[in-house]
Amino acid sequence: MSARDNDPGKAAGAAATHGFETRMIHAGTQPEPITGARQTPIYQNTAYVFYDTDHAASLFNLQTFGFIYSRLTNPTVAALEERIANLEDGRGATCCASGHAAQVLAFFPLMAPGDEFIASNRLYGGSITQFGKTFKKFGWHCRFVDVDDPAAVRAALGPKCKAIFVESLANPGGVVSDLEALAAIAHEAGLPLIVDNTMATPYLCRPFEWGADLVVHSTTKFLSGNGTSMGGCVVDSGRFDWAAGDRFPGLSAPEPAYHGLRFTETFGDMAYTTHAHAVGLRDLGATMAPMNAFQTLLGIETLSLRMERHCANALAVARFLESHPLVAWVSHAGLDSSPYRALAAKYLPAGAGSVFTFGVTGGYEMGVKVVEGCELLSHLANLGDARSLILHPASTTHRQLSEDQLAAAGAGPDVIRLSIGLETVADIIADLDHALARAHEATRDAAE
Amino acid sequence: MSEPLTYSDALLRGILARVSTIAMVGASPRWNRPSYFAMKYLREKGFRLIPVNPRAAGQTILGEACHGDLAAVPGPIDMVDVFRESEAAGAVVDEAIRLKDEKAIQVIWMQLGVRDDAAAARVAAAGLEVVMDRCPKIEYGRLHNELSWGGFNSRIISSRRRKVRIA
Repeated sequence: MSARDNDPGKAAGAAATHGFETRMIHAGTQPEPITGARQTPIYQNTAYVFYDTDHAASLFNLQTFGFIYSRLTNPTVAALEERIANLEDGRGATCCASGHAAQVLAFFPLMAPGDEFIASNRLYGGSITQFGKTFKKFGWHCRFVDVDDPAAVRAALGPKCKAIFVESLANPGGVVSDLEALAAIAHEAGLPLIVDNTMATPYLCRPFEWGADLVVHSTTKFLSGNGTSMGGCVVDSGRFDWAAGDRFPGLSAPEPAYHGLRFTETFGDMAYTTHAHAVGLRDLGATMAPMNAFQTLLGIETLSLRMERHCANALAVARFLESHPLVAWVSHAGLDSSPYRALAAKYLPAGAGSVFTFGVTGGYEMGVKVVEGCELLSHLANLGDARSLILHPASTTHRQLSEDQLAAAGAGPDVIRLSIGLETVADIIADLDHALARAHEATRDAAE
Repeated sequence: MSEPLTYSDALLRGILARVSTIAMVGASPRWNRPSYFAMKYLREKGFRLIPVNPRAAGQTILGEACHGDLAAVPGPIDMVDVFRESEAAGAVVDEAIRLKDEKAIQVIWMQLGVRDDAAAARVAAAGLEVVMDRCPKIEYGRLHNELSWGGFNSRIISSRRRKVRIA
């Protein structure tokens, strides 16, 4: 095995002609042909001039490629869509306003009122709230199950079930999903596997290589990388047969708004992504801003370098915390102590990400004091920033959840979430060490 | 299931640059059929599309007279685009091979989802170029960056400045 065999860049995309690092800089962004501008222009523009009425008709009928109105497509956003589709080795991608918008957009072509889907009970708390509460208002019903238990997943399948949804690497708990096994269960049932790949990014994990059919991202996180730009993305592998068994009439039945056109028949493996723009974004309207697409394109240019350092720093911090007397446990899938170590080795060979949780001895009060005692780490609700971030999920991102849901999500009252950034790792460790010592003194003084 | 087919960008680019008259077998006069989409798009790109469809013979599609079979098409045909299901492709291919000298046919292109490996072998043996399971509209759009406008992965990596006509 050569050194190159270990390189996630070279392993990505059997059909790709170039390595991952080359594609993260070049995919989707050839020079602008009219001016020769090498960097992608920011098309801060709403609408596009038609040559004549026949051209307009062709565009509105989806008979030709081109731009009508930036709610549907925009050249800067399209460049980002192609880049993410390329890095995931998918057929096409649809960018939108946020990761939450991407989840609505992903399910929209698949679901009708009364339909169901299965999701991991360890999802990011915001996803659990969106799926469990808000989606109900559309008549979409989510069954949350322990996706580590194949029997539980199979038991939750039913005639109304339209998809299985998991995170490749879960936020916040250091949990890795067995994508290959879950894809097999989904495909046996004629369903797509949808994977939220936000925490891993396509540099660490490419779900399509393991059989996933759709990937969603919050591009706000590691892809943009600097905490500047909201965004989401739905990537289609192009491999799922949406017409089989008339199970997804949104994609295979005649579409009245396009005079009876059938997306699967007319667009083949481009049906899902065409629908996501021409129906999904057209009618849901959660469009990505061109400036945010530009910032995210810039972020992706350094994705591999950043992810390597994010992972190395995070593992060093996790090992430090695991050896610390005031820390009860650390949940990082790259540690030998993690029950997900083997799955991480399989699905995330280049590193198990930089977001993980730990629990302090002394419970809730001690946890709060550690968060408040940090000087370098920022106390805020985001992740995947160049800056190291610290958060108490039970009181913030996961506060909508019940106690049972908090425990399942790995976000109990004593849990602290870290998103380790790109600073000098000794400084990150020193800040946490100092915060732990000060919190210990404060809670001990309070007890006396 | 047979292995997916691969065609280099250079091969497809070459074909689409070389041919100008395309006979589309299976062209539909109905505006919301996939064949109509492809015919309209390729006409806009400067190709001449001649519809062939026995059920629409004598009608006009996008201003072009529709013919009942390839033999009825007057003048030379550079490429035959087979817009029929895989089961019907072999017969169309054999008619095209029979007419290859008379019509100066150079390429037989079978649409996305259409594949007949035995027919492809007969085309190659007859000295013609063959493409299967691809759409010339999609490939033209991909190779000219238009597919990218819809968020699709063209797989093209290039820092060359593309020449465009500025009217």
